[in-house]
Amino acid sequence: MDKAQKTDTADPFAFLKRPLRAAYMRCDRFLDYTFGSRDNPFYSLGGLGFFLYWIIAVSGIYVFAFFDTGLTEAYESVEAMTHIQWWLGGVMRSLHRYASDGLILVIGLHIMREFAFDRYRGTRWYSWVLGVPTVALAFAAGITGYWLVWDRLAQYVAETTAEILDRLPIFGSPIARNFLAPSYVDDRFFTLMLFIHIALPLVMLFIMWFHVNRVNRPRINPPRNLAIASLVLLIALSLVYPALSQGPAELSRVPSPVSLDWYYLWSYPLVDLWGPGGVWLVYFLGSFALMIMPWLPPLKRSAPAVVDLDNCNGCTRCAVDCPYGAIRMAVRTDGKPFEREAVVNPAQCVSCGICTGACPTATPFRRAAALVPGIDLGGLPLVMVRERTHKAAAGLAGAARVVVFGCDHGGAIAALNSTSVGGVSLPCTGMLPPSMIDYVLSRRLAEGVVITGCRDGECRFRLGPQWTEERIEGKRDPQLRARVPRERILRVWAGPAEMARLAREIASFQQRLATAGNAAAAPAPAEAGQTVVAE
Amino acid sequence: MKPLRHAAQAAFVLITLGLIGYFSASPPYARVPPESALIKLSFAHAAAKKGGCRELSAEELERLAPNMRRKTICSRERLPVDIEVLLDGAPLYAERLPPTGLSGDGPSRVYERFVVPAGSHSLVLRLRDSERAAGFDYETTHAVTLAAGESLAIDFFQGGFRFE
Ligand code: HEM
Ligand code: SF4
Ligand code: SF4
Repeated sequence: MDKAQKTDTADPFAFLKRPLRAAYMRCDRFLDYTFGSRDNPFYSLGGLGFFLYWIIAVSGIYVFAFFDTGLTEAYESVEAMTHIQWWLGGVMRSLHRYASDGLILVIGLHIMREFAFDRYRGTRWYSWVLGVPTVALAFAAGITGYWLVWDRLAQYVAETTAEILDRLPIFGSPIARNFLAPSYVDDRFFTLMLFIHIALPLVMLFIMWFHVNRVNRPRINPPRNLAIASLVLLIALSLVYPALSQGPAELSRVPSPVSLDWYYLWSYPLVDLWGPGGVWLVYFLGSFALMIMPWLPPLKRSAPAVVDLDNCNGCTRCAVDCPYGAIRMAVRTDGKPFEREAVVNPAQCVSCGICTGACPTATPFRRAAALVPGIDLGGLPLVMVRERTHKAAAGLAGAARVVVFGCDHGGAIAALNSTSVGGVSLPCTGMLPPSMIDYVLSRRLAEGVVITGCRDGECRFRLGPQWTEERIEGKRDPQLRARVPRERILRVWAGPAEMARLAREIASFQQRLATAGNAAAAPAPAEAGQTVVAE
Repeated sequence: MKPLRHAAQAAFVLITLGLIGYFSASPPYARVPPESALIKLSFAHAAAKKGGCRELSAEELERLAPNMRRKTICSRERLPVDIEVLLDGAPLYAERLPPTGLSGDGPSRVYERFVVPAGSHSLVLRLRDSERAAGFDYETTHAVTLAAGESLAIDFFQGGFRFE
């Protein structure tokens, strides 16, 4: 049952991941409490990245409109924006800077989070690997941005960038010569920098699009409140603490000390420590290490989902719900009178089982021999889930017997087992067909059903908790039948660190069941399951 | 519970904005110590060709295509440039700069920075770009007074050192 534990010991980074995950979960609890789980910024780090990108784009276009290229013009135009038109130009300039800094912060948190929750190996190498160039592009775009202002910081950036680039054996004359003394600089440099500064973010956007390309319904927009709050707060910061230049560049003077933007320029002081060669080593080793992370070690994954055409009616629900778009609806091939059939791309499947939970033919009411849903997990077919449910319920006693359905990545469900509680762990709670709840209650396997698993933002896969909720609430197909007494179902989303709370909630649920149980009549035994397709 | 929640919100917002605002321009970084100045030495200078030039014999000329017939040929490869800098009589930099280019036919290039204490200094610059065994082809003495934070550029072109 403890598959999560087993994969953990095989992972040499577990010693890093486990405490990092615990730290994230602690932050999540704090932010859930503070802002509510819907607006928890840690659940929308990727979406915040996109949102900040748009703020940068809009403020950048505004600033560009008032920017002049040229040795003195550049500095003067930025100064005019900052001081004369402070109420809009200055705010836009500050927004441009602070949103860019925020982007680095958010990307950093996003990378560490995907790492901590192990969402980067297996199929998900694709998103991870495509994420790496976006980081490099973000840094490069930020650095060229600081160059454009042509203040003392820009001079420092220009000189140091030139020294770093000159380490590569591809440039003829040292680029650093261009900044030797006042008579050496050229206006054309600004045009080139401006071009690069605009081109890099466009390439970045292009890659960002590919980055979420294999994710079904990527959350590229943060929740409304979170987005509005982020924008308002960044504007407030811009007004209170506007971004300023540091005096015009003077090539006859040393730009030292300078106020650095450490988000973008953290590597520049390293030039003085390790030389340009050392900095290149940091860049190369850093990107290389990030790039190969998804295969350190490769994820040992269980068998992917398989379609059984005899049971598939082409309803598309699995394809809609699959968090990774691993299912495609293709033209029917077996002559059955349906238009389409589900086709799984095993290379994109993460074996979460969410598709089984979505399939209308995945109902445990069917006879043992016939229990093959339209789509099933190779490693844990639905028959086995039903068997485990029976086993979990078998030994239970008392007036408030409870079956708990949980997931391998939340708290260890087995730890909850007692004389009146039996647990069944699934790869993801989203794998549970709602009819299984109906089955447990109507067959009187137990008096109550507990649905638990990771919180939505902490799902090891994606969308599992959300789909489960919507199915039980009747907002999403397949819906839990209306006849199922809702007071006999308890939903608790709790991470591994919240096992005590889960146990408490189950105990009080059992108390309610026991008091209600004596009075209420048990639900009528079922005749058949839900929509069952031609058998 | 509400005031506590608002306090938590305020704390989170302040910390996040503080983090963004602070590291966007602090702490400052000093590349050179406060009471110092900078000397930058940089030039791109092509030394003489290695082995000089020679006349082609009549047979050799005969073998070449008519449009390629030139009387003298020179080796493409250049000599290295030797450079020496003395600051207040003490050696600051001495290097043999190889020619650039795939066949060694490009100019020798250099870009070096030296952090020196602010104040008056005497500089001696020597450069050799020929095949001579001893001595230098160019030598200059230059007296400068550098204020703290000042940057002096030394270039070499058109047969002489240039200070800016
Ligand atoms: C411009 C920077 C980035 C933006 C805007 C961004 C945005 C996003 C978004 C919106 C998602 C979908 C999240 C969801 O809906 O569940 C996502 C997923 C992901 N991101 Fe990023 N990302 C960025 C950079 C990176 C980087 C640098 C990495 C790692 C090196 C990374 C790793 C991942 C991974 C592994 C996923 C897949 C998560 C999953 O499969 O569940 N991202 N990103
Ligand atoms: S197991 Fe998960 S990833 Fe694979 S096809 Fe089903 S829903 Fe998609
Ligand atoms: S949900 Fe089931 S029936 Fe519907 S298309 Fe997918 S496999 Fe077929």
